[in-house]
Amino acid sequence: MPAFLLNRFMQSAVLLVIVSIIGFTVLNLIPGGPMSQYALDPGMTQEDMNRLAEQLGLNRPIWVQYLEWVWRLLHGDWGTSFRDGAPVLTVISRHIFATLLLMGSSTVIAIAVGTWIGIRGATHRYSIFDYTATVGAMIALSIPTFWFGLVGIYVFSLQLGWLPAGNMYTIGDGSVLNYLHHLIMPSVVLALVHIAIWSRYMRTATLDVISQEFVKTARAKGVSERRVLMKHVVGNALLPMITLAGVQLPAILTGALVTETVFTWPGMGRLFLDSLGYSDYPVVMGLLMFSAVLTIAGNLIADIVVALVDPRIRLA
Amino acid sequence: MTANPDTDDSQKSALSVRGLTVTLPDGMERAHAVKDVSFDLERGQILCVIGESGSGKSVTANTIMGLLPRVIGVSAGSIMLDGRDIIGMDAESLRDLRGRVVSMIFQDPLSALNPLMTVGAQVDEAMRAHGIGTPASRRKRAVELLTEVGLPDPALMYSQYPFRLSGGQRQRVMIAMALALEPSILIADEPTTALDVTTQAQILELIRDIQRRKGMSVLFITHDFGVVAEIADSVVVMEKGHVVEQGTADQVLKSPEHPYTKRLIAAVPHLTDKDRPSLQAKGSGTVLQVEGLTKTYRSGSALLRSLRVVPAVREVSFELASGRTLGVVGESGSGKSSLGRLLTKLMDCDGGRILFEGRDIAPMAEAEFRPLRQRIQMIFQDPFASLNPRATIGRILTVGPIAHGMPYAKAREDARALLDLVGLDAGAFGRYPHEFSGGQRQRIGIARALMFKPTLLVADEAVSALDVSIQAQILQLLDKIQRETGVSMIFITHDLRVASQICDDIAVMQRGRVVEMGPPSQIFLNPKSDYTRELVAAIPGERDERHALAAAEG
Repeated sequence: MPAFLLNRFMQSAVLLVIVSIIGFTVLNLIPGGPMSQYALDPGMTQEDMNRLAEQLGLNRPIWVQYLEWVWRLLHGDWGTSFRDGAPVLTVISRHIFATLLLMGSSTVIAIAVGTWIGIRGATHRYSIFDYTATVGAMIALSIPTFWFGLVGIYVFSLQLGWLPAGNMYTIGDGSVLNYLHHLIMPSVVLALVHIAIWSRYMRTATLDVISQEFVKTARAKGVSERRVLMKHVVGNALLPMITLAGVQLPAILTGALVTETVFTWPGMGRLFLDSLGYSDYPVVMGLLMFSAVLTIAGNLIADIVVALVDPRIRLA
Repeated sequence: MTANPDTDDSQKSALSVRGLTVTLPDGMERAHAVKDVSFDLERGQILCVIGESGSGKSVTANTIMGLLPRVIGVSAGSIMLDGRDIIGMDAESLRDLRGRVVSMIFQDPLSALNPLMTVGAQVDEAMRAHGIGTPASRRKRAVELLTEVGLPDPALMYSQYPFRLSGGQRQRVMIAMALALEPSILIADEPTTALDVTTQAQILELIRDIQRRKGMSVLFITHDFGVVAEIADSVVVMEKGHVVEQGTADQVLKSPEHPYTKRLIAAVPHLTDKDRPSLQAKGSGTVLQVEGLTKTYRSGSALLRSLRVVPAVREVSFELASGRTLGVVGESGSGKSSLGRLLTKLMDCDGGRILFEGRDIAPMAEAEFRPLRQRIQMIFQDPFASLNPRATIGRILTVGPIAHGMPYAKAREDARALLDLVGLDAGAFGRYPHEFSGGQRQRIGIARALMFKPTLLVADEAVSALDVSIQAQILQLLDKIQRETGVSMIFITHDLRVASQICDDIAVMQRGRVVEMGPPSQIFLNPKSDYTRELVAAIPGERDERHALAAAEG
């Protein structure tokens, strides 16, 4: 187990370095760049421009810029935003809570509902429920998230008036209930596609396990159907799902960015779009590294959890 | 006793099955899984139900347990258990009977235990499911049970996970679970089929011993008459869902009446002391000479100190003359399959020489070996997995030779001739694998191997997946082919009885080494090594034969 962990940590570190190099290079290949917006200012002279580039360190070769960026990162300095001069970490931390809240609640909804649909689809295979779930999953997978968002706003906000159309809370009302009220629609909309994916995988995993001999053994012992299902079938079927959860994490993050835009949710999605618009490279790189760490950590944690749960790996 | 169940007093029987008919869903190959099946399981007896695949023996067992899949339904008959008919009983009452009154153990111990639960928790569950005992008393009882089935260090075993246990140990755990509530009936569905022969002998011994001590009634399902001879008090023979014959073990084994029973018994391979008559070798001389062949499996990495080294084949040497068959016999993990893979160069060896027709093929690179590859062909174990389901038989047979440059017309002509040789009609050429039975598929596999006119055939467990009557036919076919083509054969098998049928010499392998080599007469009658003696002694149902042979030998 320690060897396995060491191995995975080393792989993760290498992966992060590669991601940062690619991200940094690609960002600097894009025409325009941080100086282009100053160029539009009629009061700017070429001299001013050069001085500014010098100040921001943008006149040096890109690899020097990269190494300096890495050096500072390792010392906990993620750089300063070009836009408002605030440290990148401060900028990101203003938005991180909103995004994590949205991702977390969506993940909980997707796993809970998806698992239930998947198990029921497998135990009642070819029933009306199963067919409905299959068709529903196909619909959820083929329609983009923002469309569901817009339809949701139209129906539940404009027509029925049950739910707010956007934002994370009503200004002046910071109560938990108010947050939850605002959270319902974005998190459900974001969860839809993941419920679809999760339920399909869960159905297959359950069917795989249900036909195994040890399930028959449990029945032959006189174990109740409920316990056979919950303990023997679902327990084993969830193993591959842990890995899936790790793999799905980046998809939930990207989904969250889109959903935030639709619901004017003050998270990292909007920060990302705004920063790209302003060519605020330090913030963009910060966000990129943050999502890379999240993705890699998600997979790493999933692998560790599988290893902890499955005695065949834990004790091997 | 059970010869005429209709006049039998069913109160005496632990279990009484009358006119049982189980219907299969539409579109299956026959309408009934079992039809009008009647038999009695007497108290304190072992009743063997024997039949080949598709005979309905497992369906019968599952019906008694109330474990039939929902799509299969009982359409007629009764199953009386302690004076109650369990057909039509509600699900909850059936559940209550399972594990408490009737217990069951299954064929494959590797998949019959939940991999995520400890052995102890699974034994405990058998009692807990019926609300018996407290956690502490159940724990004590579970350890007792593990002791009773002969598991080493039961207290430690209690907290082990199944993957740490061998197949035989897992089957003992299954038996411990089945015995937890002292049921009156134990149903064993091929419980030793997946086990090595020495392990099989131990498990059979255990089942018989427990049955005697507890006075349990055992319904034992098997396809092996050797096993029947070992443990049965009475026998029910099934064919295609019908009971064709039943009686005491002696009656059925010694003087079978039904032609199907006679055929089955005749097809059972027996040990012979007669060595195979030496074939007129077409080209005499040595085809294969192996010297000091060695292979070690390594996994993990030395860097992280998790390196695992398993010696699979150790210093194996032998010689194979043209037109002869060498049997390689061993239990699982003995290295016999690894040896086969080395000889066909599906895997590279770590040391030693493989002289094929005088040339050492061991160090050859793939490109150099390629022209020789045609001359060494393989026959695989699983006739279902080894044929591409999307290719016609014609394509399966001709694709190899065409790849090696044979014109299509010639390949097709050869293929048709070979189909005829292996006993299939030429019409098979355009059909797909799923249209054939297991035995027919194995014939196709043999034809495929022969397409290249090989000088060496390596058959890895080529008849192990087949029913005994089909097995006999395939063995005859291989014998015939060898006589006609003079091909040499390496015949890898776990079954000593099969090896004795077809081999000129037998090499017994244990932990990667050849512990003994010689003609069948030596291996079976005068084994030189203890291990061989142990293996031969474990063969089910051969005790009488061995005594007879030894007596004849003097």
